[in-house]
Amino acid sequence: MGRYVARRLLQMIPVFIGTTLLIFLMVYSLPGDPVKALFGQRASDPATVERLRHQFGLDKPLLAQYWDYITGLFRGDFGQSFTGRPVADLMADAFPVTIRLALLAFGIELVVGVALGVVTGLMRGKFVDRFVLVFTLIVTSIPVFVIGFVTVFLFGLKWKVITPTVQDSMDIGQLFAPAMVLGALSLAYVSRLTRTTVVENLRADYMRTALAKGLPRRRIIGVHLMRNSLIPVVTFLGTDLGTLMGGAIVTEGIFNIQGVGNTLFRAIQTSEGPTVVGIVTVLVLVYLVSSLVVDLLYAVLDPRIRYA
Amino acid sequence: MRGAKSAKWVAMAAVVALGATACGGGGDSGDNEKAAVDPNGVYTYQDVEPQNPLIPTNTNEVGGGYILKNLFRGLVDYDVKGKLRNQVAQSVESPDNQKFTVKLKKGWKFHNGEPVTASSFVDAWNYGANGKNAQLNSSWFADIKGFDQVHPEKGDPKADKMSGLKVVNDNEFTIELSHPVSTFKDRLFYDAFYPLPKAFYKDPKKFGEAPIGNGPYEVDGKWEHKVQFKVKKYAGYEGVDKPKNGGIVFKFYNKDESAYNDLVSDKLDIMYQVPPSSINVYKTDLGDRSADQMFGGNTTIAFPMYDKAWAKPEKAKVRQGLSMAIDRETITKTALKGSKDPADGWTPKVVEGYQPNACGEYCKFDPKKAKQFIKDGGGVPGNKMTIAYNADGGNKEWAEAVCNDIKQNAGVPCAAEPRATFQQLRTEITDKKMNSAFRMAWVQDFPNISNFIAEQYRTGAGANDSGFSDKKLDKLMEQADSAKTIEESNKLYAQAEAKLKDTMPSIPLFFDHTNGGHSKNVQNVKFDTFRQAIWTDVEVKK
Repeated sequence: MGRYVARRLLQMIPVFIGTTLLIFLMVYSLPGDPVKALFGQRASDPATVERLRHQFGLDKPLLAQYWDYITGLFRGDFGQSFTGRPVADLMADAFPVTIRLALLAFGIELVVGVALGVVTGLMRGKFVDRFVLVFTLIVTSIPVFVIGFVTVFLFGLKWKVITPTVQDSMDIGQLFAPAMVLGALSLAYVSRLTRTTVVENLRADYMRTALAKGLPRRRIIGVHLMRNSLIPVVTFLGTDLGTLMGGAIVTEGIFNIQGVGNTLFRAIQTSEGPTVVGIVTVLVLVYLVSSLVVDLLYAVLDPRIRYA
Repeated sequence: MRGAKSAKWVAMAAVVALGATACGGGGDSGDNEKAAVDPNGVYTYQDVEPQNPLIPTNTNEVGGGYILKNLFRGLVDYDVKGKLRNQVAQSVESPDNQKFTVKLKKGWKFHNGEPVTASSFVDAWNYGANGKNAQLNSSWFADIKGFDQVHPEKGDPKADKMSGLKVVNDNEFTIELSHPVSTFKDRLFYDAFYPLPKAFYKDPKKFGEAPIGNGPYEVDGKWEHKVQFKVKKYAGYEGVDKPKNGGIVFKFYNKDESAYNDLVSDKLDIMYQVPPSSINVYKTDLGDRSADQMFGGNTTIAFPMYDKAWAKPEKAKVRQGLSMAIDRETITKTALKGSKDPADGWTPKVVEGYQPNACGEYCKFDPKKAKQFIKDGGGVPGNKMTIAYNADGGNKEWAEAVCNDIKQNAGVPCAAEPRATFQQLRTEITDKKMNSAFRMAWVQDFPNISNFIAEQYRTGAGANDSGFSDKKLDKLMEQADSAKTIEESNKLYAQAEAKLKDTMPSIPLFFDHTNGGHSKNVQNVKFDTFRQAIWTDVEVKK
């Protein structure tokens, strides 16, 4: 097991280098000149443009810029954004907010999704099952920004249960509504997935054995059924965490949460290479680590799975 | 049957959803009774995170600009009606609009106690102009004698001070320009000309996080990046416009729609521009708390005069024809729902020097003449027209409406082509890659006709996107700049504006509006010709 983990960690390095190089190249190939854009509608002054270009290192060849960036990264310097603030500061401001939001959404979709999935799987055919199926159908067919806007409209403007935007990004209570919106789609998937595997596993031989052996119902469902049903769900959830963190742009925009999604969007608009690469690098690492954790969890859930 | 049962539930869910959306948009008549005022009340103002550290010579965008305009006061500024008034300056005199004598009022102090002296201005302007400092606003000092020594096109500056600026004593300094500029006094209001305390030079980076100015407000606490920036009343303020409130919180929003939702729920106090999606409903939502007035901004479509086909002299007739094919009245009433006014010239109505009907008959809707003119001019090059615009600025509605009019009334195929961002559009325009019409808008730097004509139509001017060049017009503008009085300058610029319709390098479309509003927590909110609220006049209700 230890060797497996070590091998996986080593595999992360080429992935890391490949992604950062690719993102770097993509940002710099975006149309438009970022330095001239700083002047807005007005004409840019050639002398100032030259100096700023030199300041941001944009006058060096592309690979030289990449080399500077990587060596800076090992020193802990994520580079500077066009605003003069170090990218590390920008990320330190944005990540905690997004992490809270993503973890909250993750928690909601895990707890509620799995619970709904199990309940509907056990009560297949009854009213609860049909209601949840229709509900998940509606959620998967409506785009997330529509869900977001309707939530803001109904709960924020009409019924005034929540404030239409998040006033304090660090307050968990206020993050509940955006977390629900963010996690709604994944919640629908998780509950359907769980339902399917529960229904399938209910027919399995070991379930009949457990029942025949007289085990209490709680243990049959909670231990025997769940451990097997959760494997596909865990796969989905593992990749979902990375998606939640990076893909919260729309939700963050609607609720005015100052998180990673928005910082990334603005950085792409202004072609700020260091910021984009910095944020995407961290997101890639989150993704890699969570997929490693998922793989390790398989071994925990199903003793038949063993890693050399 | 199983299927029918599920269908019933689906139908019920759909009915509930539709019902919820149908009960939308409750109107609000607004309560604008004069309530008791809290002189120390703090209100929130819509803003975006500033792109650069808050240094006046390096801030040229709205996000940082709004904050700086409250932390600083320059020599002069504009009142709500657009009239120039003195602030720190006691007088700015010039016999010939080339040599200026500036006398300062006594008693002005910076927020840290330092006195505001003539050097506070001169040193700040030298810093801003100096090429080494790469300040974005350095071109504002280009008219001052000695600028090219301090800011050469290539290479390092040869001097640190401009020879045209001389300090006479603590309360007096002189400015000498390299050529006469009749509107120089008007330009002195801009952020680039603010004074700076000595504390700035010790640590510009720290200053950019918490500027020390001489304005009616001072920094309150830290700049919470991407969240908000707070300022509070400064007790030692010497200006005529003392704050009627206790402070302002500039709240940063990424999306206008979220800001608008906050405004309607009274979580945001003032919005200076509601998003395009709310233009239809904001007057119902806010009642008499909404604001809809003209300001110093216009929308035009320009043509690439550097393109061989469009540069032919007979094509002027084509452009005139195209202009007459556009029914501005109907577009502003229907597609734009009254959020803009039809333009009758290149200078907005509220700007000093405006003359009615500068565009003459060419801006009046006349489809028959339009077709005739276009035929006489030999038709549109390639017999096809496109309008390039930036999709991230709420321009889709008017661009498509204008194209439709051209298609219908002039019989010329027309397509409105969006570019994803403002940045992208500007790069294409400044690289002179256009081959058909493109959006060219202008928001005033200062409320005077010269700003709308010189910046875009003088040969080689910075914002002359169409590459237009007319030596006769250049001469008129030069004469206007050297005029002894502003009235004379305005008259000459008006002549230049009227001449523009003969070659029609651009078609004036609309005069833009401020479409803003305020919440129930504040009153006495007025917007000036810059689309800014008069921050010091806002009153917070108890």
